[in-house]
Amino acid sequence: MADLNINIAGMQFKNPVTTASGCFGYGEEFKDFYDPGLLGGIFVKAVTGSNREGNKYPRMAETPSGMLNSVGLQNKGVDNFCKVIYPKIKDFNAQIIVNVSGSTIEEYVKVAERINELEGIPAIELNISCPNVKEGGMAFGVVPATATEVTRAVRDVYKKVLMVKLSPNVTSITEIAKAVVDGGADVLTLINTLLGMAINAETQRPVISTVTGGLSGPAIKPVALRMVWQVFKAVKIPIVGIGGIMNAAAAIEFMLAGSSMIQVGTANFIDPMAAPKIVEGISEYLDRHNIASARDIIGALKVC
Amino acid sequence: MKKFALDFKVVGNKRLNTRHFVLELQAPVPLPEILPGQFVQVLVHNSPSTFLRRPFSIHFVDYAKNTLKLLVQTKGEGTRHMGMLKTGDNLNMVYPLGNSFSVPSSGKVLLAGGGAGVAPLMFMGDFLNRKNIRPDFLVGFRSADEVSQIDEYSKFGKVFLCTDDGSMGEKGFVTQHPLFRQNPLPYDRIYCCGPDAMMHAVAKLAAEKGVPCEVSLENYMACGYGVCLCCITQTDKGNERVCVEGPVFDASRLKWQSNG
Repeated sequence: MADLNINIAGMQFKNPVTTASGCFGYGEEFKDFYDPGLLGGIFVKAVTGSNREGNKYPRMAETPSGMLNSVGLQNKGVDNFCKVIYPKIKDFNAQIIVNVSGSTIEEYVKVAERINELEGIPAIELNISCPNVKEGGMAFGVVPATATEVTRAVRDVYKKVLMVKLSPNVTSITEIAKAVVDGGADVLTLINTLLGMAINAETQRPVISTVTGGLSGPAIKPVALRMVWQVFKAVKIPIVGIGGIMNAAAAIEFMLAGSSMIQVGTANFIDPMAAPKIVEGISEYLDRHNIASARDIIGALKVC
Repeated sequence: MKKFALDFKVVGNKRLNTRHFVLELQAPVPLPEILPGQFVQVLVHNSPSTFLRRPFSIHFVDYAKNTLKLLVQTKGEGTRHMGMLKTGDNLNMVYPLGNSFSVPSSGKVLLAGGGAGVAPLMFMGDFLNRKNIRPDFLVGFRSADEVSQIDEYSKFGKVFLCTDDGSMGEKGFVTQHPLFRQNPLPYDRIYCCGPDAMMHAVAKLAAEKGVPCEVSLENYMACGYGVCLCCITQTDKGNERVCVEGPVFDASRLKWQSNG
């Protein structure tokens, strides 16, 4: 059987499959369906400096081969995460990575400092790409200078593995990627949702309360693959690929394009077993192609 | 309560009228205990326009046959596809989801619903009968040609009927039914499911008359098991998930701002 182990930035993952922030809760919600320890890692729901109620209902629209959301980082804040949630999830047999969000650089720094103290959390994923908040979020991630600035500010206080999740809503993804590398990122996650919009022709109103929202699902996969491929060629640090991965074939595509690991996001809403099925599917693919290790397909796209 | 994601087999698809039908689905393993008010998430089929699962209240549970029923209103491509399902077809469902109606130990109970929103009230009626409570049903439909399953509801309690156009039963919405003109209301509890405007109106009347009322919300959902945070409603505790903290809420806790 093929070796699924992946090592990035000094972190060991038993397989390249992880679940995306905002799509897997804190992992506990899936215990009825499978042991989260089957996964390489879990990126838990975004944590901010204090309680956020998120945006008004409706927050979701189904769109062709995807969905639009405008949840707006609803969470109970970093204190609650450390005291209430962390003790419940720290012993999962998978790497637990916390998605860190904020409205100001100070807020990102404050959350990162708190998470740095948690022994069972080996990495954070800096979210400079949420399209659904008025302040901060994506605003930091679409301008190279601020992307560098927020990454560096967090880098200064955060001592473990620093991942940064990029927004696709930019003219040049490689420029942003390089800016974040300059700020001291160890790993890049891409992509977050694409800014989109849904309209109900009958009511002549937008479908979601914020008018615009983040598009996810297979609809965005071609864009995500292209961005992973461009960034893979432009930077030296590992990439975690995400964007419409519903099955093992899609996961393999992201690895061929240059992802060392992948995140399963929206698929968790449709098939709660999606992520462990993808682990099995990758293993089956590698065996079928006589490939010894999952590491061998990273960036192995054959371009003539 | 443990959740499952499994293929059910269609054992019945009964059309009630042009817009509504009842699917009877047999579970591949023994059904767990299911409570009235809980729902399932149905995976329709792999079409780009029916990407997400669809939530449906559980209409009835038959443990002897190991089946559950869904009352479905044809609205879009997903429900149209469900209407074409035939005996022997598979339908993947995540179940049982959400909380349930509270169950009183005694007293007079009114189950009020409208349109396809009556779905969980049949199951609740059966459940209450097993607790030796015979509820009254107050059910509203658009018109006489949509009135259905009255004989079924009658097995579990007395049925009061109204139609929007007055073609059968009392004319008007359920809140305009003479039942609600009584003072005091002869009920200890009201359970309600239907369109938001109807639930809001029933909740308001119940509050005015001092009768505790629970409503079952039907917000748009993506996952149905608490991770996407899309289906929230504003309550006295902030934004709560309709799929986990609900779908059933004590009506007095709701702000109703987000639900019409």
